[in-house]
Amino acid sequence: MRAYKPKGDVQKKSYYTDRYWVAPQVAKQEVFSDAVFNADLEAIKSKFEVSDAYIQVEQMVLFINPEDNFDVVKFCKDELEYTQLSEMSAIDWIEKEGKFEIFYQLLSMNKRKRIRVKCFIDQNQAIESVEKLFRSADWSEREMYDMYGVIVNNHPYMKRILMPDDWQGYPLLKTYPLQGDEFAAWYEVDKIFGKEARDVIGPEIRDSAAVNRYDTERFARLGHEVPKGTELNVGSEEPETPLGYQEEEGVFMISKFDEKDSVIITDRDR
Amino acid sequence: MQQTNKLRPFFENITFDRDDNEMVLNFGPQHPSAHGQLRLMLHLQQEQIVKAHPDVGYLHRGMEKMAENMIYNEFMPTTDRMDYIASSSNNYGFALAVEKLIGLEVPRRAKVIRMLLLETNRLMSHLFWLATTALDIGAMTVFLYAFREREYLMDLIEDYCGARLTHAAVRIGGVPLDLPDNFMGDLKKFLDKLPENIKDYEDLLDKNRIWLMRMEDVGVIPTEMALSWGCTGPMLRASGVNWDIRKEEPYELYDEIDFDIPVSDKGDNYARYKIYMEEMRQSAKILYQVMDMYEGTGHELMAHAPQYVSSSKLDMMTQNYSLMQHFVLVTQGMRPPVGEVYIATESPKGELGYYINSQGGPYPYKLKLRAPSFWHTGVLTDLLPGHYIPDVVSIIGTTNIVFGEVDR
Repeated sequence: MRAYKPKGDVQKKSYYTDRYWVAPQVAKQEVFSDAVFNADLEAIKSKFEVSDAYIQVEQMVLFINPEDNFDVVKFCKDELEYTQLSEMSAIDWIEKEGKFEIFYQLLSMNKRKRIRVKCFIDQNQAIESVEKLFRSADWSEREMYDMYGVIVNNHPYMKRILMPDDWQGYPLLKTYPLQGDEFAAWYEVDKIFGKEARDVIGPEIRDSAAVNRYDTERFARLGHEVPKGTELNVGSEEPETPLGYQEEEGVFMISKFDEKDSVIITDRDR
Repeated sequence: MQQTNKLRPFFENITFDRDDNEMVLNFGPQHPSAHGQLRLMLHLQQEQIVKAHPDVGYLHRGMEKMAENMIYNEFMPTTDRMDYIASSSNNYGFALAVEKLIGLEVPRRAKVIRMLLLETNRLMSHLFWLATTALDIGAMTVFLYAFREREYLMDLIEDYCGARLTHAAVRIGGVPLDLPDNFMGDLKKFLDKLPENIKDYEDLLDKNRIWLMRMEDVGVIPTEMALSWGCTGPMLRASGVNWDIRKEEPYELYDEIDFDIPVSDKGDNYARYKIYMEEMRQSAKILYQVMDMYEGTGHELMAHAPQYVSSSKLDMMTQNYSLMQHFVLVTQGMRPPVGEVYIATESPKGELGYYINSQGGPYPYKLKLRAPSFWHTGVLTDLLPGHYIPDVVSIIGTTNIVFGEVDR
């Protein structure tokens, strides 16, 4: 029997971890250690439920209910002067908790502060768009949908942005392999030549390091070159072609660089 | 009879059968002035654009996915391929984010070298911008001049790290190499000539009738639109917001340096052009000051943190434990603490941010690249309507978008 490999997270894993290894934590500070952040947090807390808040690497992180996301971001923008949405995206925690974590990275230019508003949603839960507050969310939310399949409600144009419109699967999910899935391997063949050409062409080789010494259309073997397209049988030995070095015979069109006869330009005003 | 599952040949550039007199024009993705692979679907009334729909993703390589499958040091050369016009800026942004995550302090000489690289890259990027934009608008001479100057900078970078375009010249914890002997002399020669060069460009462009017609009052981005669309860098400063991360949230040695931030309240193409020109002068000013800082710095180039950064070559060759550490760091990779960080730096194009979520493993759990050009492309949706077809070229030019960064 083949060994079972968990399918929940197929990303690369460390092959060895010390059994006594305890990962250290990036330090978290209490919010009241910073007056500006504290005032902001109190203002948000007076209107919305905040489940956790702390300061990490000079930025405040706060966790809210996913239903409040539009109102909290609106409040941050209108009342707390967080005038720019630098970034937003999702994090895939499906294997561990069955949830996505959504974060909004906000910037206040007047206060010179950055906060990160976060919430957790279930795997099939939709989230409200903040595109009406920040136009930049138009593209970020499309990217989030494209990469994770998170549906955003009331978005003006909920379509894929980076991947083709007819793509299947969401590439940044932890269940999606780095080299692409079955659909990805056949995508171009199906689209350009049709499904019936699958047998003729074969799946796309998505391993960029793949080499096939019997494929003379695409590969040449140093010291054993044959005319392009020659059919080679597996196991056959190609004739040896001698390797020629320029230093030995010389290429008739190229003369060697002679340092003595050359002028080296050092003055750039010349 | 066509098969439905195949691509069909048709006039994909123009749709004729519309009864509202509106034409749909497909600009790109193969268009010399699209600066890469930008597809713009433009709805036209006569020559005026009524609706613009940028379509990106033709250069999508899935860098965020790759990052989740690479150790931190492995990812460094991949960041080169984002904004490949100024690749050291990308390297630096990533290195800084990881250093903040770990809490590393970089030696001063490494900081000076990084500053030199960052500002050299800014000059390279701005010269490239000027060259390509001028070429798009038809100013061939400026293109040739600016590329000549950029060539000297590329040679300089080549002397430092051996590469001209994808430098990978910054490491997590410092820089790999000290400056070569000729670096300072060559840089100074270049900088001494630079004001003259910039004056040449400005003499050709500033009062040029064609340049002014294509630039003045074209592509006006109001402040609200710039903020709402997440515009940063020169795009934001041309729209009247005085915000430069080097000044506001100083990193590296920017707080020790005296320089100015050019701002304009016009928001049009011409304002952005003027800001790029002035930023080049300011970069030169910064570089002069940084060159003076080099003397008197110590010899360390990498931070001392055996858990995260390999020791020096000397230690590795003489001390068994250093060599073991190095093997572990190369084969398994460093394991930053559990936590997350968002670090923004002022790249030549705008705010370049790295969000890293580490779960204590050698691979980042999530890495989000916040590239400025992504939003500078998005803003075309709202910016282009009302403009005419020739304006599209000059507007794309002054947004200074690079598709390695848009699509990542």
